Amino acid sequence: MRNEPYLMRDPTAELAPGMRPRLAPPERLEGATIGLLSISKERSHEFLDQVERRLNERGLNVLRFQKPTHTKPAPEDVLQRLIERCDIVVEGLAD
Amino acid sequence: MELIAVVKRDCPTCLLVEPVLGQLKARAPLALYCQDDPAFPESLGGALDDRMLERSWRLGVEIVPTLIRLEDGEEVARTVGWDRAEWERVSGAAGLGPGLTSFQPGCGSKTVEPGMPERLALRFGDLHLAARPIEVADDDDPIEVAYDRGWTDGLPIVPPTDLRIARMLGGTRRKPDEVIGLIPPNLQPLTVEKAAINAVMAGCRPDYLPVVIAAVEAALMPEFAMHGLLCTLYFSGPLIIVNGPIAKRIGMNWGGNALGQGNRANASIGRALQLIVRNVGGGIPGEIDRAVLGNPGKYSFCFAEDETDPGWTPLAVARGFPPGSNTVTLFHADGVTGFADQAARTPDDLARSLAMGLWGVTHPKVAGWGGAVLVLSPDHYEIFRAAGWGRTDIELALKAALRRPGRDMVTGLGGVAVGVAPERAEDTIDKFHAETFLLVRAGGRGGLMSAIIGGWTGQRNPAAVRPVTKEIAL
Repeated sequence: MRNEPYLMRDPTAELAPGMRPRLAPPERLEGATIGLLSISKERSHEFLDQVERRLNERGLNVLRFQKPTHTKPAPEDVLQRLIERCDIVVEGLAD
Repeated sequence: MELIAVVKRDCPTCLLVEPVLGQLKARAPLALYCQDDPAFPESLGGALDDRMLERSWRLGVEIVPTLIRLEDGEEVARTVGWDRAEWERVSGAAGLGPGLTSFQPGCGSKTVEPGMPERLALRFGDLHLAARPIEVADDDDPIEVAYDRGWTDGLPIVPPTDLRIARMLGGTRRKPDEVIGLIPPNLQPLTVEKAAINAVMAGCRPDYLPVVIAAVEAALMPEFAMHGLLCTLYFSGPLIIVNGPIAKRIGMNWGGNALGQGNRANASIGRALQLIVRNVGGGIPGEIDRAVLGNPGKYSFCFAEDETDPGWTPLAVARGFPPGSNTVTLFHADGVTGFADQAARTPDDLARSLAMGLWGVTHPKVAGWGGAVLVLSPDHYEIFRAAGWGRTDIELALKAALRRPGRDMVTGLGGVAVGVAPERAEDTIDKFHAETFLLVRAGGRGGLMSAIIGGWTGQRNPAAVRPVTKEIAL
């Protein structure tokens, strides 16, 4: 038995661990603007080209965006344009 | 005028001055504190009880006896030990201690016993830890609690208690609430206190903390791209290479088994950086850390360069820092690949041979992706040194040997699809970008072998991702 409580200090960022609920999917794509964001990994444009073709066939509005490098988070101007112009964003990968 | 004296019974000099204290008490108001026994000195009816050491700590007492004179509540004079002339100067009284020797040194105050300054700073001082306290129940094991909370890399941690954190913070002059930077991926602020907590957990000594802080600062340089590194599919994690006199001062290993286990500084500094990324940044394997296989260096990967040969240009100097600088260089490192050549006798032969080993980094038919660190052992280095070759000569020979025509690695060649495009068949291709190839010296004697540490494939665009060097602020 210890006389005093044994205390440790939290080494983490102390973020609340609570799970955030996922956003509900959009009810319809018609009329929405869909952004396709390439992370700039090799061949990601091939994947996104195919996605764009399929969306265009359905007559949907598509805009293309690109991060300068997949190794870093998207820069502020890319995020700002996505937020201003898109209702839905698909972020595209390769490998 | 008012006098303050601080004594302890367990001090022969304090016993010696007992009659002097009696003389002083008869002449002026004297506040007498005893650190270990308030019944002492019996001839004066005892002393004020300072066994908690609060008064001694607030007065900054380091030696007993200490005699202090106050005027209007302000300290104007102080002496320690027994020195008749000094005591008469401080007290303004003449004829003190007749019959006593004129001088006898004092003893250490209880406030400076090992571990005590940090305890007292926590108890009475300005050190207030901001991190959330986590109480460990009586029947719980602190190490198991740390596992349950997800604070560890899989190995046990040293429980971050207030006293250990306070001692760790003694390793830096920076304030505990100072923010070092935002740790990816969650971009959460890392205070010096949080760095110290994670350094405690990693097993660091306080004098390693400046190296840990510099390593974090280096990792946060945009060109290091720590965010991408921590979440990559590839094997890589941060490797820390330490240069400068601090390596010897804190007992780092650059000799035998420098890349292996067994040295506290090497092991715990690298681990502290990884624990900070995990705990503060939220870079957790299986979550955002998507490594397909990883590598054991992601527990910890840190060593010092061998700078014992004055003829050798250390890595930090080659990277533009003045000789004698303390620095960390961070490289996006995979595991260690052994390279053995016991036949080379000339520097040209050995350079060509090393290049053959280096050619395998990432894939033998791929160039310009992952870079490499070549860790040259003493016996391999001796072949270069004996021929009068220094760093620049070795680097130039390696660069020449690491250059090939594209047709040697064209796609499809050897029945292997991977390779350069056919239109580059006549180009001359460098295996590595200059920015992503580092040459360092380390290791023990007795073997004609060196180490190749492959680099992250994210280095294929060195304008965005490259190794970094940062000075260690002491």
